[in-house]
Amino acid sequence: MSAFPHFSERQRQSLVSVRDLKIHFPVGKRGWGQPPELVRAVDGVSFDVARGRTMAIVGESGSGKTTTALGVLRLVPVTSGRVQLGGLDMTALEGEPLRQARRHAQIVFQDPFSALNPRQRAGEVVRSPLELMRIGSKAEREDRVDELFLQVGLRPEQKQLFPHQFSGGQRQRINIARALSTKPQLVVCDEPVSALDVAIRAQTLNLLSRLQQELGLTYMFISHDMAVVEHLSDDISVMYLGQIVEQAPRRPFFTRPLHPYSVALMSAVPTVSGGRARAAQRIKLMGDPPSPISPPPGCRFAQRCPVALPECSQALPELREVEPDHWVRCHRVETRCGVAQPVLQWQAA
Amino acid sequence: MTEQALLHVEDLRVEFKTRRGVASVLNGVSFQVRPRETLCVVGESGCGKSMTALALLRLIPTPPGKIASGRVLYGQEDLLQASPARMREIRGNRISMIFQEPMTSLNPVYTVGQQIAEALQLHTDLNGSQVRQRTIAMLRQVGISAPERRVDDYPHQMSGGMRQRVMIAMALACEPEVLIADEPTTALDVTVQAQIFDLLRQLQADRGTAIVMITHDMGAVAEMADRVMVMYAGRVIEEGTADQVLQQPLHPYTQGLIACLPELGRSAGGQRAVLPEIPGMVPSIWELGSNCAFHQRCAHATDQCRSQVPAMVQKTQGHGVACWLYQAVQAQALEEVPA
Repeated sequence: MSAFPHFSERQRQSLVSVRDLKIHFPVGKRGWGQPPELVRAVDGVSFDVARGRTMAIVGESGSGKTTTALGVLRLVPVTSGRVQLGGLDMTALEGEPLRQARRHAQIVFQDPFSALNPRQRAGEVVRSPLELMRIGSKAEREDRVDELFLQVGLRPEQKQLFPHQFSGGQRQRINIARALSTKPQLVVCDEPVSALDVAIRAQTLNLLSRLQQELGLTYMFISHDMAVVEHLSDDISVMYLGQIVEQAPRRPFFTRPLHPYSVALMSAVPTVSGGRARAAQRIKLMGDPPSPISPPPGCRFAQRCPVALPECSQALPELREVEPDHWVRCHRVETRCGVAQPVLQWQAA
Repeated sequence: MTEQALLHVEDLRVEFKTRRGVASVLNGVSFQVRPRETLCVVGESGCGKSMTALALLRLIPTPPGKIASGRVLYGQEDLLQASPARMREIRGNRISMIFQEPMTSLNPVYTVGQQIAEALQLHTDLNGSQVRQRTIAMLRQVGISAPERRVDDYPHQMSGGMRQRVMIAMALACEPEVLIADEPTTALDVTVQAQIFDLLRQLQADRGTAIVMITHDMGAVAEMADRVMVMYAGRVIEEGTADQVLQQPLHPYTQGLIACLPELGRSAGGQRAVLPEIPGMVPSIWELGSNCAFHQRCAHATDQCRSQVPAMVQKTQGHGVACWLYQAVQAQALEEVPA
């Protein structure tokens, strides 16, 4: 790690470190000779993921959380910025070295149904990364597949079956086994339980935490489900329209969220104990997020923010460290005597 | 609660003919919905909740499906005996439905305005400009800004939340007495979900609509339901008021469903516990026999559970459960059920 002397201690412990990541997609719709319009899906995102920990990225659909994760894995073209994975500069790699680097970083997709080839048997699905990366001999690969099946709670004799012969939860287990086959350090989980049935979610979440403990995995966990995030993650980044608006470890974030958007997001989650009382106290956000093609000047959340001031739509707030390790992008959060004061408060019922 | 039920479903049975034989997907489902009431139907996929909704409106593809027996009383009329023409008068007019997927349930080649107007043209005497006015008013009511402009948009020009609101506007255009909502917010963000729930509550308060909401999100149930019906493998296994079912769930399956999900605020800062799991999975339709369908996954299963179907018994006023633990013989086992 000595190659990066300017990195702080915290960054040195981190497995993934992302600096000012930008991912823009041209949508080409402006007329001849004009530069195409850009969707600013990810617009200057920085974060670190510590080894063996879980970093959650939370946000509404269209906030850029999945694109950020895909950018880290170089599965979408990165416009600018830097992604460091262990000692590797992911953004500088191309061709074969990039392909080899991917064995250290794998992904579990959201939809367990469409993430599997219906014509490939389960064993082949899990074995194919080993073949693509040319890991081990044929017999070793077969042993590894058996080991993986047991690890994720499937029986090795189920290798012969096709995806349609499995239930949703089992299919997600196959996806997890495939992601783990190359012994990656980082596993990106893109909403791994949102397509699963309630009773199966608990099984899958428990499996993910057990695997993390056993294998020392580092997770990037993409989700819009605050309750799942609270259960599973150590650090949380909240994204809104391509930018991080709040970043904090789990305890401070869930006991005292600071950004008005985080507070609103949390209040929107229905709970069994809260019921209708909670619904009545909810912070209501009007409308939809603005277009990422021409984001408004100033704070991107200002239009929907219940506590916005006129100056909020003038200048874009910086992501500031208002308390140790607690970062927030809001003009209105102030620090008094070392304690950040949330602008918007809301009492859970 | 004394009000006359709007919809009275009795012993509904639905069968599907397949190559392997006849599969019963609904085995005697009964319930009532009163005006201004929200009934939530809860269960895992494959438990028959969507099938129940489709059967009410006689939308089950026949063949291979068939409503084998039962009655769906709408007022004094049995919808299962009604003529196809009479059903067309009722569907989308008196009883309407919000389908699950806002992305696929709208026709991409018609504007949203045309799709909302269709119900009005079929069921009302309004002329062209009145229909358009009414369509715009509906869009405004479901919270779409600039409805005069949006009415001519195609579905792809709208976000998921807006499309779902269009679906709701379509279902409500003729002011139905009963609204069936099949997972109306599953595909949506929590912030949009909150808006949709507010909207449904508002409409219910204004018009006295009865809502049958199908969901698997217990949080949503807590927020919306007056009464809850839990289904498992084509049968109702527990029903009661929202408080009864959520605060004192009786059936081991209901208890598991409520316990197995992480809930916001439960572990804030505290130690992270392993989530309680319901082991195994839903049995396939071919494994069902004359027993409690849950017995393989149930920690309290006895020989009786493996050999006989438990009947629905009223545990307390309005709180019914179909489980051998609560039949008189085994009353003492009650204490051992974990809360």
